[in-house]
Amino acid sequence: MHQSTSEKALYGWLLLLPAAILLFTFTYYPMAGTLFDSLVAEGRGSIASRFVGLANYRMLLEDQVFKTVLLNNLLFALGTIPASIGLALAMALMVDRSFTGRGLVRMAFFTPTILPMIAVANIWLFFYTPDIGLIDSLLSLIGIDGPNWLGTPSTVLPAIIVMAIWKEAGFFMIFYLAALQTISPEFKEAARIEGAGGWYYFRRVLFPLLMPTTLFISVNAVINSFKLVDHLFVLTKGGPDNASNLLLYYIYETAFSYFDAGYAASLTAVLLLILTTLALVQFFVFDRRIHYR
Amino acid sequence: MSTWKTLPAGVVSLQGLAGWLLAIVWVAPLLYAFWAAFHPAAYAVSFEILAPLTLDNFRQALTQAPFLRYGINTFVLVTLILAGQFLLCTLAAYAFARFTFPGKSIAFALVLVQLMITPEILIVKNYTTLVNLGLVDTIPGIAIPYMASAFGIFLLRQTFKSTPVELEEAARLEGCGFIRILLKVYVPLAKPTYLAYGLVSVSYHWNNFLWPLVVSNSVETRPLTVGLGVFGAPESGVDWSIVSAATLLSVAPLLIAFLIFQRQFVQSFMHAGIK
Amino acid sequence: MLGKMKRVICGVAAAACLAATPAMSAQTELTMYYPVAVGGPLTKVVDGMVDDFMKENKDITVNAIYAGNYNDARIKALAALKSGKPAQLSVMFSIDIYELINQDAIVAFDDVVETDEERAWLDSFYPTLMENGKTDGKTWGIPFQRSTIVMYYNKDAFKAAGLDPEAPPATWEELVSVGKKLTADDGSRWGAMIPSTGYPYWMFGALAMQNGEVLMNDSGNATYFDNPGVVEALQFWKDLGSQHKIMPEGTIEWGTLRQNFLEEKTAIMWHSTGNLTAVKNNASFDFGVAMLPANKRRGTPTGGGNFYIFKDSTPAEKKAALKLIRFMTSPERSAQWSVKTGYMGVSPAAYATSTLQNYVKEFPYAAVARDQLEHATAELSTHQTGRIRKLLDDSIQAALTGRSTPEEALAKAQDQATMLLKKYQ
Repeated sequence: MHQSTSEKALYGWLLLLPAAILLFTFTYYPMAGTLFDSLVAEGRGSIASRFVGLANYRMLLEDQVFKTVLLNNLLFALGTIPASIGLALAMALMVDRSFTGRGLVRMAFFTPTILPMIAVANIWLFFYTPDIGLIDSLLSLIGIDGPNWLGTPSTVLPAIIVMAIWKEAGFFMIFYLAALQTISPEFKEAARIEGAGGWYYFRRVLFPLLMPTTLFISVNAVINSFKLVDHLFVLTKGGPDNASNLLLYYIYETAFSYFDAGYAASLTAVLLLILTTLALVQFFVFDRRIHYR
Repeated sequence: MSTWKTLPAGVVSLQGLAGWLLAIVWVAPLLYAFWAAFHPAAYAVSFEILAPLTLDNFRQALTQAPFLRYGINTFVLVTLILAGQFLLCTLAAYAFARFTFPGKSIAFALVLVQLMITPEILIVKNYTTLVNLGLVDTIPGIAIPYMASAFGIFLLRQTFKSTPVELEEAARLEGCGFIRILLKVYVPLAKPTYLAYGLVSVSYHWNNFLWPLVVSNSVETRPLTVGLGVFGAPESGVDWSIVSAATLLSVAPLLIAFLIFQRQFVQSFMHAGIK
Repeated sequence: MLGKMKRVICGVAAAACLAATPAMSAQTELTMYYPVAVGGPLTKVVDGMVDDFMKENKDITVNAIYAGNYNDARIKALAALKSGKPAQLSVMFSIDIYELINQDAIVAFDDVVETDEERAWLDSFYPTLMENGKTDGKTWGIPFQRSTIVMYYNKDAFKAAGLDPEAPPATWEELVSVGKKLTADDGSRWGAMIPSTGYPYWMFGALAMQNGEVLMNDSGNATYFDNPGVVEALQFWKDLGSQHKIMPEGTIEWGTLRQNFLEEKTAIMWHSTGNLTAVKNNASFDFGVAMLPANKRRGTPTGGGNFYIFKDSTPAEKKAALKLIRFMTSPERSAQWSVKTGYMGVSPAAYATSTLQNYVKEFPYAAVARDQLEHATAELSTHQTGRIRKLLDDSIQAALTGRSTPEEALAKAQDQATMLLKKYQ
């Protein structure tokens, strides 16, 4: 009993419908709604909402906090991603060969991944607390007066970056482990026969073969770096003086603390623009990866 | 970096040693949380081996905030999300894998958008939507935006596509309609994918914070992450031992599951990663 | 936790009864949010008071939900209003008043009280505490967990440094000279700490007032951040760390300050009187509490949370809410609350109760906040208060971390604040 093509088409859409409804409600409709809202100034009590065109975007250009926040996101990405990817690759290579306790070591690397960021932030908050915190206590043992890690604008981002690397490296390691498993051992054999050293093998054979994975992880990591702001709630709330503020947290503050939905929408529009651009980049990179293989 | 020699088991090479050292450094923060949680506050910074152990911090944490209730809420939440995802993503993946319909490639491209633009990004608008639906401060309200998971659809579509068409043909010859084909042929063969995806989804949603923070107001809906965030709010200056105990209480279920099933966890993430 | 479960079950059962037999039970159910911003097991104390209320009022069920800090409580309460599962009353920041009025969320107490006795009750609180709760001649917030900043000091440390433990610094100069003697050369202890995270604008309100300035006008639509006296005050705060070296440079964390004091990392701390009981119970050393030092005059802002009644509630719920608020702020309850926390008694009558009279007799420091009321002013409160506060907070942190000079930072904050407040003038 063959179903007619149009019947099949109908069933196809019906199967897709539940997911489509949710995707529409919570992804596409809000995207459009955000763009629309950003053109409106939110009413407050007696003052009604009104269409203001690009006024919110003009405010954006003059908003010092917005510029700081974008810069912080950039610095945060630059600080976290290369380091965690590098560490992840090193970890994967370490764990790929067998030695006693390999499973435990792999588990140790992966553990921070299954902790929620909010718990990670709580733990590291105590590390970074001045004077009575762990790092400063250990430093004072060797006579160094540790800085106020989270309270000094110049150290707060690095401190958060270190914490983020700790959380993320193990997660990326998994992708490398998966990729390493797909690399044929013949490559290794061929290189050995030709008398090439380990470093040469890594640089000229392994790393290029892992490039697609590296790129894939990179783009995902950048997207993640925009989404993860949980730690700010516990550590710094964006301070001191916005030195650790990030875009999504600023959006949250603007919408929920200042009740300015219009401005929050324009901030969100910027975030959407950034993410869509990154998505397009990844799509084309991904596309080429598929062609490799 | 010598990659050639495989040493006999039991001999730890230089690389193995490096691995061990890094692993210990890596686990240290978590170990520290354990230390602080099981010792009284006075010993938080001094590492005397014979310092007295205590469960008092846990007792205090449990009395100061209803972590048990938070745990139940979280369990209900991740189960609800996973159930919704299994249902919706299976149906959608089946449609993409085995049906032709107009607009299919556009639809699939649109689905992929959600991989990047997750519900938290659109938090302001999505919150308003929940208000209009009357779902604020409910567990289904937290769950619903995540039920149509682009990642899940993608994974399952791959798996369904790689199922041999002959099996479907055979089932059809037996007179099965397409739903029964789905249930008899595709779903059982995709079990490894479901398991892998399940673990990834549970881990992710157990640890999710921002969206649940905004949606939940009362203790009856609050999950562990939000409870911990509210609990550890520096304003009230709760002491570190108790905060460490509270932190451990929050991560315990997932951590224990991980310790027991670590192979499956790692395999799942790897499996998901390859795709 | 079991208590909460019981209350939830009671609440559900009550709602079920109400639904099933509309004419029969007159059970009113109230939900309230409240914040905690100081140390101690305050959620238990609040729960205890609420339980006592329910025992005396069997026809009212109260669900008191701890919501985090003041910001969280406001966000949660307003979110609940918009969600269709509203709260009927809440404890929120005294300075949220303009925001709540602009959101059309609350009702004035003048519109809820009916009898003369109730109207008299509105006037029974300390006038200074009522400043943040009144606008346009109406009362919108009733004091509950109110405070002033007080100066805690380590008497043992004073003695060890050769200072008179009964003579805490009374002026800015004394603070500096005493601080220098108390600061250990090896960095193991600081002379003083004034927190600059959490609520920096609050601490700054004190310094400004001590220099003879206020930060905003009565109508909440103008700020004075760049007045010379205000800039001087910020410069003084900065100098404590960068010039006199009696305080760490950079920002000082609100939440860990109490612990720092208890671990004797600082000999003096400026903090809310709401920490008093927690300090008293945990200090392993002899400590004292004093009014903040003066420059041109003594000064401190009041602080803390008020009770508000939400508009979106039935008349029966409003009456029940009024009952609950009267209970929680009654002289005896306020006295007990003060003893358990360190927050002030909110009315003269509270201090006249035997509870507080005896407590003050044996522990005179409990009266410091009350005595300081005559030198107190309203806390920073304006329209768009969240944004304005953040502007000031950012400028304080910028100055303290050396990112800009006090003058530049405050000038910038004033410009932006003026822009924001233009439409309210």
